[in-house]
Amino acid sequence: MAVGLLGCKVGMTQVYDAAGAEIPVTVVKAGPCALLQVRTQDVDGYEAIQLGFGAKPRRLCSRSESGHVAGLLPGFVEKSVLADSDGTFRFIREFRLGAGEAKPTVGDVLTVTAFEGVAHIDITGVSKGRGFAGVMKRHNFGGVCASHGVKKVHRSGGSTGQSTDPGKVFKGTKMPGRMGGKQSTVRRQKLVSIDAEKNLMLVRGAVPGFSGGYITIRPTNCH
Amino acid sequence: MIKPLIKQVEDQYLRKEPLVFEIGDTVDVHQRILEGDKERIQIFNGVVIARRGGGTREKFTVRRIVSGEGVERTFPFHSPKIAKIEVKRHGKVRRAKLFYLRDRIGKATKLVERVDKAEKEAARTAKTQAKAKAKEATT
Repeated sequence: MAVGLLGCKVGMTQVYDAAGAEIPVTVVKAGPCALLQVRTQDVDGYEAIQLGFGAKPRRLCSRSESGHVAGLLPGFVEKSVLADSDGTFRFIREFRLGAGEAKPTVGDVLTVTAFEGVAHIDITGVSKGRGFAGVMKRHNFGGVCASHGVKKVHRSGGSTGQSTDPGKVFKGTKMPGRMGGKQSTVRRQKLVSIDAEKNLMLVRGAVPGFSGGYITIRPTNCH
Repeated sequence: MIKPLIKQVEDQYLRKEPLVFEIGDTVDVHQRILEGDKERIQIFNGVVIARRGGGTREKFTVRRIVSGEGVERTFPFHSPKIAKIEVKRHGKVRRAKLFYLRDRIGKATKLVERVDKAEKEAARTAKTQAKAKAKEATT
């Protein structure tokens, strides 16, 4: 059973199932991921594996970044996870291991084949940033009438509170502000198909973020 | 711009033998319809007025007049549900989108039939030859 995988969103399209129905899908490039570190209860206080995905050239790496994987890189080049043994991985994330799960070894390569037989997945990414957005876009407010004497406030949120009592605006009141550009997870997305040769996954529906954005994929915990 | 990876995915789902028709053609669209576990073919007849999109998302629109009311259906080009397309008649058109047909009623909705140049030429030469033969026979 797959613990998780790193990847990037390629874009959306549509495919046809056996019955001829159209399925909207997101194409996801999933893996190959390099296993960089194994966290153990004794040393780190928790069980997890650390995966790396995507290349980062040496000129952009800090010494600690390149040092973290320095010894492993030739092995990964050999397994064609990275193109050259300079630099490091661009996207590094940890996945918690459950008790009693198989212990992988550092230097392994995880591919999309680990997800064979998985029906639904959760995908975490960074949503598209919308900048400073009004309440209609940000919180789905209804706005104000188009006519009936309304002037210049058609998209405003209206009142934010009551009168002298309570005499304040309650904390957490929905107002305009920064929208998107935050971590976002879609849960229980159907995994339509896997292409092991090209390291691709077809996921039914949308995936957070822009095309090319990095995402983490794991079997769903929502049943 | 089509991303190469997306194209690779779409290529697997494209129709092996593309449907052959042109804008302005009057066509019969044969569509497979599943009723319970029985399959039957439904035919939609009309004029192709538009074709849009690319890859697996390509669609075409067919318009017909049903009891005085215009009806348009958009079909996915690569859908396995479309069994075949029969071209009944070519229309003489000068643009790729025939939305102007929506504003027309009655006889004006009919497109002038287009006869292919080669066919036309063949018909003409046959006619002249026949004429020449007839002339020879008389003299």
